[in-house]
Amino acid sequence: MKGILGKKLGMTQVFADDGAAVPVTVIKAGPCLVVQRRTQEKDGYDAAQIGLVEEKPYRKVTKPLVGHFEKAGVPPMRWLVEFPIEAGEEVALGDQVSVSIFGADDFIDVTAKSKGKGFQGVIKRHGFGGGRATHGSMFHRAPGSIGQASDPSRVFPGQKLPGRMGGKRITTKNLRIVKVDEEQGLLYVKGAVPGSNNGYVAIRKARRG
Amino acid sequence: MNQLVREVESNYLRSDIPEFRSGDNVKVHVRVREGEKERIQIFQGVVISRKGGGLRESFTVRKISGGIGVERVFPIHSPSIDRIEVVRLGKVRRAKLYYLRDLRGKAARIEERRDAKPS
Repeated sequence: MKGILGKKLGMTQVFADDGAAVPVTVIKAGPCLVVQRRTQEKDGYDAAQIGLVEEKPYRKVTKPLVGHFEKAGVPPMRWLVEFPIEAGEEVALGDQVSVSIFGADDFIDVTAKSKGKGFQGVIKRHGFGGGRATHGSMFHRAPGSIGQASDPSRVFPGQKLPGRMGGKRITTKNLRIVKVDEEQGLLYVKGAVPGSNNGYVAIRKARRG
Repeated sequence: MNQLVREVESNYLRSDIPEFRSGDNVKVHVRVREGEKERIQIFQGVVISRKGGGLRESFTVRKISGGIGVERVFPIHSPSIDRIEVVRLGKVRRAKLYYLRDLRGKAARIEERRDAKPS
C-alpha cells in the first residue's frame, strides 16, 4: 500500500539525537481496512480503496453503502479513499493497513481540508504587497487596479480578488517522517500538516523523495 | 492538548531537572560539539524567565560577560543540557525579570531567598 488514512492529533516538538528540537505533527494513522479492490482487468488500473476504522462505529450508513461494506466483510466506515498499490503486492478485501507501511526518514505527502479562514482580503489570500501605512499614503490593503480601461471593458477571469479562503483540499508535499510508533499507530511528521486538530488526513508516499 | 500528544511528549521529558525559578542563579552545563569531540561548557547567570509548558518549556539565563549583557535561551528538556546546578536562590517579585536588562551594577543585584531549602 502506498497510503493510509488518519487523524491529526496536534503539534509538539521532539529532540533529535544531536539535541536539535524538531517540530512535529502527531498523526494517529490507521488501522485501515481494504473495502474495495480496483484491478487492471476490471477497472483499468490497480488500486485499493481503504477506510479508516474509528473508535466510534459509524451509524449513518446509507443502504447502498451497507451493501458495499458487506461485500468486503468489514464494518461501515465514514471515510473511504483509494490508494495505488505497490507493483506485485497482494491485497485482498478486508486486509488491514497499519502505520508499519512507513518507516522513519520516509517522505510523505499529506492531504487534508485546510482550516477555513473566512472572507479575506488580497494581502492574506494572495500575498499582495499592499501599500504604505504612513506618510500620507492613502493606499493600504486594497487590491489596486484589476484591469485595463474601455478595451477590454471587462475583468479577465482568474483575477485575484478578496473572497473565501481556506476550507479546501490542500496537499503538503515531501514531509519527513521522524518516527513511527507502531504500537499506538502514531506517525511523527516533521513540520505542519493542513487542517485542524482532530481533522482527517490522507497520507501517501511522496511522489519524489 | 490531545492526550496522545501528551504521552508522546512524556517520552522525551527529563526528570533530572532541579527545581528553580526566576531570580535564581544557575550554572547550566551545556554539551558542546566541536567536530568529533564533545565537551561541556558552563553558562552561569540569573534566570530571568521560564516560559512554555510540557516539552516546549524553556528558560532564559542572563549574565554580564566582559561588560556586555549576554542572554541564552535553553529548552529545559533538551538533551544538550548535561545538568543544571542551582547556585543561589533569588528573591524577586515577578516571573519575568526583563527589567534587569535596563539595570547594571548595584541596581541589578538580587536579594537571596532564604525561605526555601537550598537544593
